[in-house]
Parts: sequence; structure tokens; C-alpha cells
Amino acid sequence: MEALLATTIGVLAAVGIYLALRQRTFPVILGLTFLSYAVNLFLFSSGRLTLNAAPIIGEPSPYADPLPQALVLTAIVISFGMTAVVMIMAIGGYLSAGHDRIDLDARDDGEAGQ
Amino acid sequence: MSLALIVALPFLGALLPGLMIRAGRNAAATTTGAVTAVAFLLLLSHAPAVLRGEVVQTRIDWLPALGLNATFFLDGLGLLFAGLILGIGLLIILYARFYLAKSDPMGQFYTYLLLFQGAMVGIVLSDNILLLLIFWELTSLSSFLLIGYWKHLPEGRQGARMALAVTGGGGLAMIAGMLILGNIVGSYDLTVILANKDLIQASPLYLPALILILLGAFTKSAQFPFHFWLPHAMAAPTPVSAYLHSATMVKAGLFLMARMWPVLSGTPEWFWIVSTAGLVTMVMAAKIAFFKDDLKALLAFSTVSHLGLITMLLGFGTRAAATVAVFHIINHATFKAALFMSAGIVDHEAHIRDLRRLGGLRRLMPITFGIVVLASLSMAGIPPLNGFLSKELMLEEAAHTAWITPWAMGLLATIGAAFSVAYSFRFLAHGFLGPVRDDYPHKPHDPGFGLWAAPALLAALVVLIGLVPMASAAWLVDAAAGAVTGEPVAVKITHWHGLEAPALWMSLAAVGGGLFMLGLYPRLRTLWDWAPRPEAKRIFDGIVEPLAALARSVTEGLHNGSFGRALMLAVLAIAGAALWAFSGGTHLAGTRALLPLDPIATVCWAVMVIAALATPFLHHSRITALILTGVAGLLIAPLFMLFSAPDLALTQVSVEVVTILLMLLALHFLPKETPAESPLPRRLRDAGIAGIAGLGIGTLAYLMMTRAPAFEPISHFHLAQSKPGAGGTNAVNTIIVDFRGYDTYGEIIVLGIAALVIYALSETLLRNPTVTRLLASRPRERESGDRHPMMLVVSTRLLLPMAMMVGVFIYLRGHNMPGGGFVAGLVFAIAYLMQYMASGYHWSHARQRYDHHVLIGWGALIATLSGVGAWFFGLPFLTSGFEYVHLWPLEEFELATAAIYDLGVFLCVLGAILLTLASLSRLALRTGERANTRAYDTEGTN
Repeated sequence: MEALLATTIGVLAAVGIYLALRQRTFPVILGLTFLSYAVNLFLFSSGRLTLNAAPIIGEPSPYADPLPQALVLTAIVISFGMTAVVMIMAIGGYLSAGHDRIDLDARDDGEAGQ
Repeated sequence: MSLALIVALPFLGALLPGLMIRAGRNAAATTTGAVTAVAFLLLLSHAPAVLRGEVVQTRIDWLPALGLNATFFLDGLGLLFAGLILGIGLLIILYARFYLAKSDPMGQFYTYLLLFQGAMVGIVLSDNILLLLIFWELTSLSSFLLIGYWKHLPEGRQGARMALAVTGGGGLAMIAGMLILGNIVGSYDLTVILANKDLIQASPLYLPALILILLGAFTKSAQFPFHFWLPHAMAAPTPVSAYLHSATMVKAGLFLMARMWPVLSGTPEWFWIVSTAGLVTMVMAAKIAFFKDDLKALLAFSTVSHLGLITMLLGFGTRAAATVAVFHIINHATFKAALFMSAGIVDHEAHIRDLRRLGGLRRLMPITFGIVVLASLSMAGIPPLNGFLSKELMLEEAAHTAWITPWAMGLLATIGAAFSVAYSFRFLAHGFLGPVRDDYPHKPHDPGFGLWAAPALLAALVVLIGLVPMASAAWLVDAAAGAVTGEPVAVKITHWHGLEAPALWMSLAAVGGGLFMLGLYPRLRTLWDWAPRPEAKRIFDGIVEPLAALARSVTEGLHNGSFGRALMLAVLAIAGAALWAFSGGTHLAGTRALLPLDPIATVCWAVMVIAALATPFLHHSRITALILTGVAGLLIAPLFMLFSAPDLALTQVSVEVVTILLMLLALHFLPKETPAESPLPRRLRDAGIAGIAGLGIGTLAYLMMTRAPAFEPISHFHLAQSKPGAGGTNAVNTIIVDFRGYDTYGEIIVLGIAALVIYALSETLLRNPTVTRLLASRPRERESGDRHPMMLVVSTRLLLPMAMMVGVFIYLRGHNMPGGGFVAGLVFAIAYLMQYMASGYHWSHARQRYDHHVLIGWGALIATLSGVGAWFFGLPFLTSGFEYVHLWPLEEFELATAAIYDLGVFLCVLGAILLTLASLSRLALRTGERANTRAYDTEGTN
């Protein structure tokens, strides 16, 4: 089962980085989303995997490590906030520049300097 | 406490001038003056104790384990310097009020001035060297602002940059030196360091520490070869020159040498480095000053020269010389600040300050002339003024110090003094004596009282100390010199040392030589102009510009505007570093027992991996890519569920729904296709990089999961304390709202800020006419016949109360069972979003009673208040409390402050999500979408 989760993390990260290396905003944002899935799972896996051991006190021990879970929970919500901000920036960039290419080129710099 | 308050006052007060300037320039100046005066009075209240030989201390422990404490102490040396900083500060504030023009932003000036003042007072009162270093760098930064105050002047900006580069760079060296010193002694407390002379001087690291610390002191105090920045800093307004570059900041280096004198001095290394640098600086700068035409440049080099003199005296390493150094610090501060202010007055009135074009001001500006006569004669060392007293003592010390040969030091000191006489008289004669000229750009006359009051007061001190040194200054010198040398000092200052004293003859030679040189000035000037000399600024630029070009080429090589390139380099660097670290150790197979394969998990895994891997191939259709992303994201939830994380599963599902909705909405504004523009080699390269990174992360995760943690997890504490300590059985929730409540607090604030940023950005877009035109002219896409289908409207309407009930349920059970404020907020948000989807933004928004901003605000406020509540019980911020309540006919239930906190989390999350989507919807209205007023479409039918 550990290998299963490890391959999941690896695949999600690889897909995320590949998409983040594209040249348009939308795939890059999707790439960052994939990457945050991978990172969240990786963080979660640092608590090691356990079955039927939800950290609810009162059920029979042992309990899963609650700390990575708490960290990942807030990380999931924060990744949403980050995605939303990047998305509105992408929209703004597209509407202002007329294209959604992500790289600055010399011409864009010139325009920005005017 | 009161010492910390003296340091804190200028910093706190720095907020005021910027506000008070709205009430006028006088109000700003008065407030600034009042702040300084209060600090000065607080300082004076300690003076009696300090003069009795006591040391006043204030100690506030902050991070004792790291040796980082806010500790302050006040001894004689600190009293002298703090007195100079605050006392002359008061005069400068008065002077600047009348000096600055109407067009200059005065509030800003006083703010910078107070920041600088606070940093200076911090340096001289710190008892912790780490704290001292922070203040030290703060003076560099605030002086940068002050020197560059006239932003429109290129010289001002260049001078400010140069000063920052030189003094800031020296400061960095000093940090290293101080850390070495702290390591040798084992404490960062100055008082402890000062008591460990033998330990420090026996250490093999003594010399490196000494050199590094001296680099800091020499750069700050403009000692050769770092003297060049000071004249360039003269582009600053004159109050700044008078304050920073004669009385205070440039003396910080001297202060540091005096402060460290007990432990660093007395070795041959100290003597040779410090006294040589001081001697060279004194003679060389005095010579340059003689040939400068600009009043302020002349004074700048003269200041460098006098700083050299004091450095040299400190370098001698004898108690007598150190005492003279302290005395000269006082004298120099009085006459030089007066001269700078007078030069400023001339500049202010005549609009020039070039000695070649000045002359005869004696008749035009009699009051200024009077001040200048006293101050410049003191600078020349003419009896009975105070400059004479300390110069005599200096010559006496130099005559008795052997440097290379027994007489070289005395000879060179005399030559330096002669140049000093020459430039002082040149300042006086070429500027004020001679015939009255009539070619001034502006007819000069004496300024108002406000402008000459400050220099006049200083000139009065020059005379007072000169006439009755024992009564007016000796006690301060005793206290300060006692603090420098560590032993009681009782100084005797007299005008007459007898005929056999070498100083008398050296002094006479210096005055004669100086007047002789002044007489020969035209010829010497021809020689000076003819002789080649190194131009410091050109050398500085020659060093700085290649470095800047190198830095630029590195930056642009790494980051040339291409996001992909930067990301690729980052990924490769991280992977390379990880591989390097991994290959450096030995690795055994993990020993942790593995879990058996679960069929449901395997199916989830297979679908997720297929969806994820398909995305790169199918991503050109953005809708397809989004759906595949959603599939992968949603399937993470069952994995969380399986691996004992029900809270995460709930959160993942709800966040995923919201995220996909957001992206769908965003896609409305973006192209629906990604063009295939990367050639195959580039795609293969990217796939290679991504593959390497994925392989690395996957392997790392696998290796981590197959072995037990290297350290015992700290969550045993959370599990054990969840029920008794936080009153909840859901350990994840108690960590979020209680144990790590501070983290959560930061996160909901960040989330709220993110939503406000989105709102602000969409507002900016809406205000931008090009954008709105672009939005309105977008080609209409094929729309479905009914935008708001009745079926959807009815079912979402029915779902709304149920979804809300689920949300409330999840919120309430969160403390004990999976759930909580985060998930509840998401569920509520989804319930609302369904209304938006079904009936449109306009219709839903009209029925909404509260703004989304208000929700975020209330959320943050409630979370804060629930944390602040703990203060009333004498507990730290965010301490939670709980109580079990029995209320008939209900079962026993629990009331916890953590639930109130969780309510804040809930509101923040809800508000943030709604605000985000509302911002996007408002943009959508501009695309020509019609606002609907009815709940569902009937357009198709009528």
C-alpha cells in the first residue's frame, strides 16, 4: 500500500511539474494544483500510513498521527486561496495583455516601461 | 525600563511628524522636538547616578537561549554620547524647521531624523552586542534616507548609495567580528565581554575579530582608506550634515572603539592599525580640506581629519590619550556642528557656498560672522577656545609616542595641526573677510533668530568650555573617560602647561606654519591643481560597477523573464541537491511492516494515475484538462478516508468542488484551447525534468513511509491532552483550534487577505477601460437555451436548507468528531454557490443581506476576540477554556471557547470563498451577460 501512495505522489508531482513548464497560464495553474496535491499527500505520508485508526479519542488505540493531518487540512484550504489569487492574476494578465503567454519577452518589458 | 524607553521614544515618535505635518510645519517641528526633549530629560534623570560612577541597567529577556536580550546600560560614555545625540538633535530640529524650504516634505524629514536618532541612541545604550549591531545597521539605513532626502538631486542619490555601500559593508564585517568576540567570551552581553580582556587577547581569533570590528568602525567614522564617502554625503541638506556627519553618526565608529577599548586596546596590533589609520587620515584629510572651495566639502574633510585625530588618540592605547580623545569628541561636536550650520546659513542666504565666490560676509552677516569666528578659531586651536585645549593635549600625547621613530608621530601631528590652522583661517578669511562683493546670486543678510539660535548656542559652549574647562566639561570627561578606561579618571585641563612642554612649541609651529601656508595659498593651489591625485569616487565606481554588472548578469542568467526557465533551474537544482545528499550516506531497506493492498484503494489509484497521466496529453482542451484535474483531486479523498484521516477527506472533497467551480468560472474569460506551440524536443525535455522530479519525490515518500520516524512524534502529547486539555475528542480539530491555534489564526487571516486581493484585482480590472472594452467585445459563445433551468433552480432551492443544516451539524460536531469550521465553511459556501449557479449572480446577490467582506471581517474579529478573551483570565492569547453544561432536557454538552474560535474560522472561509466567486461574477457581467431578475429562465417560452 505504501508503494501505491508513493507512486501516486510521484505521478502527481511529475504531471504538475510538466504542466507548470507549459507556456500558457491555464495549464501552469493546473500544474500548480497537481503539485499541491502531491505536496499535501507527501506531508500526510510523513505521519505514516495506518488503517482504521482515525485520531478520534475514545475509539480503541492506536491512533493515526494527528499533527500532519492538521497541517494538511489547513494546507488544502490555503492552496485553494493561492489557486484563486493566481487565477485572477491570469485573467487580469490575459485581459490586459491580450494573450495568456506566461513568459516575459523584451517587447513586453518595453510596454511595461512606457 | 526607562533606558529602553529612551531608545524606544524616538522610534515611536517617528510616527508623529508624518501625521502632525497636516497641522503645519511648526506643529511637526514642535512634536519632534518634544519627543526628543522627553528622551533627553529621561536621560538627564539618570545623569546624577552615572556621574557618581554607577551604571544604570535595564534588562528585558527575549530569547535568553540565543543570547538575544534587550538589555541596555548607561555609563559615563553612554551618557556623553546619548547627551550629544539628543542635545544636538534638539538644536538640529530647531535649525531644520527654518532651514528647509516650503517645497521640502518636512514631515518626512523629521520622521527620518527620529528614526536615525533612535538608532543612534540604541547603539550607545545597548548592552547586548547583537542588539547593538541591529541599531548599527539601522543608522546606515536611516542615514541613507536622510542623505538622499533631496531625491531630485543625482548627487544626493549617489552619495546616499555610496554611504550605504561603505558603511553597510563595514557593518557586515563588524557583525562577523562581534560574533567571534561573543563566541570567545561565551556571552553577547557587552558588560560580560568588557570584563574578559585576557581571555579575548589570548585567543587566536583576536586578530581576525579586531580587524573585522575595526572595519566596521573605520567605515562608519570615515577613516582612511574609507574616508571618501563622507564628502559625497554632503549632498544632504545641511541639518543632516551637521547632525550625522559631524556630531553623531560618524562618531559611532569612535564610540565603538572607545567602548571596546578596555578589551581590544593595549596590544601592538591595536596600536599599529588604529593609530596609523588615524594619523594618516588626520594629515591627509587636513591637506585636502585646505584646497576645497565648497564650504561644506572643506568642513567634511576637516571632519574626517578630526575623526582621524580622535582615532589616533584611541590607538595610542594609554589612559591619558583616551581621556584626551573623549575631551576632543565633546569639543569637535560643538564647534563643527556650529560651523556646518553656519555654512548652511551662508548657503541659505547667499545661494552659493563656493569660497572663490564668497568674501566680505563680515559686514553683510555680522551675527553669522561672530559665530564663525569663534567656531573656526576653536577648530584652528587658538587659545583660549576649547579646540585649543584638546589640541594641546593631543600634541603632548603625540610627542611622547614613538611611531617608527621617536619623533615621527610628533612631527606628523604638528603638520596635521598646521593644515588644520590653514584651512580654518581660509574658511574665515576667504569667506567672511576681504572686501564686500556685489556679485552674489542673492543679497545675503543675517537670517532670523530661529536659524542662528542653534549655532550661537554651540558657539557659546565653545567659549564656555574654553574659558572654564574644569567647571563646564571636566566632570563629563571624567565620567566618560572613566567608562572607557575602566578606572576612575580625574582630568586636569589647563591653558598653560609651562615652557618645557613640547605641546607649546608644536602648537606655535602649527599656527605659524598654517598662517604661512595661507599666505602662500595661490601658489600652493597651482601646485595642487597641477599634481595628479587619485579620485576616490572613480575608484569606487570602478569597483562597484563591475560587481553590479556581474550581479546583473547572474540574475538575468537565472531569471530572464521566462517562468519555465526559472522553474526548470529550480527543479534541477533541488533534485541535484537531493541526489547529492542522498548519495552521501548508506541506505538500508526500510523495516516498517507494510500494509496489505486494498482492492478499493487500488481501483482509486488506477483511475487517478490514468487521469493524471492523461492530462499532459489532453491538456490542449482546457475543459478536458480541468475535468481530469478534478478526477485526480476528488480521488485523493478516498485515500485520505482509507488512511484514517476523515477530516482530510471531508476537506478535500469540499475544496475540490469549490476549486473546480472557480476554475470553470475563470475559464469563461480565458481561451478555451491551449495552442500546441512547444516543439517535440522541448516537450521531451520537460517530460524528462518532470519525470526526474516525480521519481525523486515518489522514492523519497516511499523510503520515508517504509521506516519508523527518526524522532518520536510530538503528537503523543496532542493525543493525550486532546480530551483533558482541550476538551475535544477529535485530535485534528483540537490541534487546529487549540494547540496550534496561532497557526490557524494566521491562516484564516491569509485566506481573508487572499480574497480581498482578488476583489481588489477584479476592481482594478473593472476600472481599466481597455479591459472592459475587451470584455464587452468578446465574441459571444454559443449559450444553452435556458441559462437557469427550472429543474436546477428548484432542486438547489430545496437543497439549500438541508446543506446548511449539514454545515451546522459539521461545525457543531467538529470538536469531537470529524468536521469543524473549515469544512462547515466550505459546505455553506457550496450551498450558496449552487444558488448562484442556478439563478445567476444578480438574482442571488440581491437577496443577500450581508457583504462578503463583512463576513471575513467578522470572522477575523470573532477569532481575535475569542483569543483576546483569555487575557482577562491572565492567560496567554488564544488559550481556550471549556465547561460541561447540563441543561434539562438535553444531554450533558460542552461549551468551549474553541467553538467560538472555530466560528471565526468558519466565517472567514465562507466569506473568502464567496468574495472570490462574486469578484469573478462581477467581471462576467461586463462580458455582456444580461443580469437576470427572475429566479429561472422563461426566455425560451415567451
